Amino acid sequence: MIASLQRISALVERQWVLIAGSWTRIVSLMYWPLVQIVIWGFIQTHVFAEIGPTTTLVAISAVVGAVLLWDFCWRSQLGFALAFQEEIWSRNLGQLFASPLRPGEFVLALMAMSLTKTVIAIAPAVIVAAVAFGFNLFSVGPVVFAFILNLVVFGWAISLFASGMIARYGQGAQDMPWALMFGITPFAAIYYPVSALPEALRPIAHALPPSHIFEGLRAAIGENRFDAGELAWATGLNLVWLAAGLIAFFLLLRAARRVGAILQIGE
Amino acid sequence: MAAALETRNLTKHFGDSVAVDGVSFAIERGVTTALLGGNGAGKTTTIAMLLGLVAPTSGEIRILGMDPARQGSAARARMNFQSPYVDMPKRLTVRRNLSIYAKLYGVPHAREKVEAVAEALQLTPLLKRRTGSLSAGQATRVGIAKALVNDPDVLLLDEPTASLDPDTADWVRGELEAYQARSGAAILLASHNMAEVERLAGRVLMMKQGRLVDDAAPAELVKKYGRANLEEVFLQIARRDEAAE
Repeated sequence: MIASLQRISALVERQWVLIAGSWTRIVSLMYWPLVQIVIWGFIQTHVFAEIGPTTTLVAISAVVGAVLLWDFCWRSQLGFALAFQEEIWSRNLGQLFASPLRPGEFVLALMAMSLTKTVIAIAPAVIVAAVAFGFNLFSVGPVVFAFILNLVVFGWAISLFASGMIARYGQGAQDMPWALMFGITPFAAIYYPVSALPEALRPIAHALPPSHIFEGLRAAIGENRFDAGELAWATGLNLVWLAAGLIAFFLLLRAARRVGAILQIGE
Repeated sequence: MAAALETRNLTKHFGDSVAVDGVSFAIERGVTTALLGGNGAGKTTTIAMLLGLVAPTSGEIRILGMDPARQGSAARARMNFQSPYVDMPKRLTVRRNLSIYAKLYGVPHAREKVEAVAEALQLTPLLKRRTGSLSAGQATRVGIAKALVNDPDVLLLDEPTASLDPDTADWVRGELEAYQARSGAAILLASHNMAEVERLAGRVLMMKQGRLVDDAAPAELVKKYGRANLEEVFLQIARRDEAAE
């Protein structure tokens, strides 16, 4: 157990040094969430000025909240997948997999780094949303932490699959983390409720944990109520997605070893 | 007592191509064994299978009596390797890289161990340098330092002196001999430098087209093939079938 923790912390240290030693990486982490919140903040301000405070505006506030929350998912997903790709770009993956580091420890280290990067990336956007646009994410109540945790975990599930594909198919699959998230976005009910989707597409949305989170967020902001059912659905689905992501990652890693992809993966 | 490294009928297919074909050998502790063969003979694939980077199609591997398929982490903690096919993170300093690998290999007192290995390999002045700023020769020495950081019982070396000048290469060979004398480690060495093999190896495994075609001490091979040195033996084996064709 102690040896396992030591290996995880060694890999976290390796990844942390990369971030801490480069201000450009830190700025790059914070940049996109900040740009997003500034754009949506101004849209909210403009609509408030044009229409006046009506029920519609509550929905706009929910969108700003959703933008912030969706970034937790994006950043956790990218934080994991890019940490994985970092080992490929530095031709270090072979060294790691030939060391005593177990695949499960590797995954835990990447999750820890993903969480760290997510906090660094989102914190400035949360502050700007509160100070410049009057939207306090935490006014939703303590349930916001459950929302965030669920979105972070869903990001890991997606990045596990994307990273496994990269391990198996090499750099040809390097766009997978972005492509998967863009593909999911229309069905995640971030900016509009599930009911806005054509009926035939709603089952896809219902199968995605984020759609339940964002429905829960709209209930919290718009109706000032906590929808335990949506949170329960999101959590249950997340367990399934995370398990599927882990299985996919380990199977794809095994396939990568079978075809000899680990040694050629930087090419 | 179990062999340090053992393979039985080790085979690897990549699609229709056979990279390693039923290779069996056992390597004892305290012996340096050279794995020789031309390009595409199957040396790198064999080493990659021993390291767990490539899964065998069939056959068995035992490392210090352990089955790496079931005890991979424990087995790999007692071995290490150096290879030109992998790097260490270039943005990290040499000290940080060695320290991280010492921790990954569960080395107690990692900091002191890194200092000791660096001193032994005359890397102390480079410890603060970024790994990416090193010359090819310096990077190779850092790779060897990483390979020795956990005092491995089994050490796999793939062209350990390929990018070193003759003086440094000679010095590194001396360090490897000293390490083996001190630790009693088993060393498996893949090299195209026959003078290096004759100096370091007590035994040669000759591979061709994925198969083990000879297994003897360097002097015995020279005698068996009636040649002047190991390089001529290597050429004769490599060209044997070509001549027949």
